[in-house]
Amino acid sequence: MSATIERDGDVWVSSRTGTRWHVVCGLEVHAQLRTRTKLFCGCETSFGDPPNSRTCPVCTGQPGSLPVLNEEALALAVRAALAIGADVAPWSKFDRKNYFYCDIPKNYQISQFDRPYCTGGGIDLPSGRRIRLHRIHLEEDAGKAIHDRGTTTLVDLNRAGTPLIESVTEADVTSPEDAFDYLTALKEILIYVGASNADMEKGELRCDVNVSVHPAGEGWRTKVEVKNLNSFRNVAAALEHEILRQIQAYESGDESRYPVQETRLWDADKLVTRSMRSKEAADDYRYFTEPDLPPVTVSPSFLERQRGMLPELPAARRTRYVRELGLSAYDADVLVADRAVADFFEAAARISGRPKEAANWISNEVLRALGDAQTGASTIDDLPVKPHDLAELIELVAKGTIHTAAGRTVIREMLESGTAAAEVVERLGLEQVEDESQLEDWCRAALEGKDAIVADVKDGKEKALGALIGPVMQASGGKANPQKVREILKRLILES
Amino acid sequence: MASSDEELVRRTAELARLSITPAEAAHLAPQFARILEHFKTLSDVDLEGVEPTTGAFGLRDVLRADEPRASLTQDEALANAPERIEDFYSVPKTIGGDA
Ligand SMILES: [Zn+2]
Repeated sequence: MSATIERDGDVWVSSRTGTRWHVVCGLEVHAQLRTRTKLFCGCETSFGDPPNSRTCPVCTGQPGSLPVLNEEALALAVRAALAIGADVAPWSKFDRKNYFYCDIPKNYQISQFDRPYCTGGGIDLPSGRRIRLHRIHLEEDAGKAIHDRGTTTLVDLNRAGTPLIESVTEADVTSPEDAFDYLTALKEILIYVGASNADMEKGELRCDVNVSVHPAGEGWRTKVEVKNLNSFRNVAAALEHEILRQIQAYESGDESRYPVQETRLWDADKLVTRSMRSKEAADDYRYFTEPDLPPVTVSPSFLERQRGMLPELPAARRTRYVRELGLSAYDADVLVADRAVADFFEAAARISGRPKEAANWISNEVLRALGDAQTGASTIDDLPVKPHDLAELIELVAKGTIHTAAGRTVIREMLESGTAAAEVVERLGLEQVEDESQLEDWCRAALEGKDAIVADVKDGKEKALGALIGPVMQASGGKANPQKVREILKRLILES
Repeated sequence: MASSDEELVRRTAELARLSITPAEAAHLAPQFARILEHFKTLSDVDLEGVEPTTGAFGLRDVLRADEPRASLTQDEALANAPERIEDFYSVPKTIGGDA
């Protein structure tokens, strides 16, 4: 009979034995660097190109070809390292990781073994916990093997040689939530510093998990690697499943069921992990120094140049938006989550001089247009509305030319057609109506039959006016100046 | 019973995804042993205070700019493929086993 396992914070408690289980977990993340060309040759990095159209003698490992390191890949890798406060080594070298598989044309992958370009660093999570980085190294990607078409395996080498950084955390991750938060923060940082687009759907970010469990107070037990995790949610779900599987296995008391050191694949449909291969037999990479690539120096001046190119990082931006620009923590989160959105916001806030309004318009209206079939835009940069366009709208509302409600109509039209705010206002005739006699007509109509409200207002209950302003605004098509409407209604009632 | 030399040959072949018969392993084992014995003489050299080398030429920092160069055409790339299916290399099925 299997026990019920309950969470007590980061401890997993067995209802049957009362054992308090601790989790030890580390994450390995591969991120594709945002270069135009591959790590060691001039082939363009590729996504969705025809198979085997982006290869050359170097990345297919032809005899006599020589790899040469892409300087931009090194620069981006260093920038990512600096952003997480890691130590960049004054020099590093490359090694051959030898294994034989159809997606690796040279029969080795060029990676870094004992001299990675970077060690240490860490990321602070919103929960206050810190996940330390063990190391980051540079390496080339393998090609793609396709097993589900016909009786043979098909190989596309476009991806072979694509520049990656592999980051390995210390075993500081103690829950599925930690894993999710860490990945979210890491992805945000990689995008902010421009090191990677980190799009999981394009394979630009991939994550493997190492996890083991042990009773409180005891030593670490056998760790299991879980692969095939294609979203952050899957990482968290797979980790949760694997923690429970391991605890149940130990609690069964049946040693034949105990976890063994192996690689397991996450099956996102069935929500289980299953064994792929046992590790001790397979892994023996016989690393040795890559003789075709000389060591690479990271000079203090190179390091400083890269440091100078670092933008303000997400955590710092969040704090500044709240403290200096007066945004709510929620709005700051929404804006900062996407660097392009944050940049858009800052430009609109600067031009209009009204950060709160800019934040409101962006989170309530502009972001809703993303992923919308009408606009066909997937990122904020795809939209026809630019920061100065939004600033113009903010000014029209601030000056009282249009009412906020009319502003919503205007921004939607701007987002669909790209027309400037003033032009939309004019074309749709949305300019706020200031004309007294016109406003009075609308107000008289709204007052008809509202004797109860009239009596309340006469009794000094001014709040009751609110119920009349809505109908007037509606009658005016959102064009009436609500401030004036309020004054006129009050005057008409008191005069009556 | 297989000797430890034969076991080494078998293991090396396994890592290289080569299938060899016990007869071949027995044949190769003494050759492996001689090669390894030969390299063992390197271990006799006194390396006290010598920095591990990273290359024979003393080169450092050979870098290139991130500028695209023409790739091979698909036909060029696939010209020596053992078998071609559409625009892919086609190789024996390599999944399910000890991949
Ligand atoms: Zn190439």
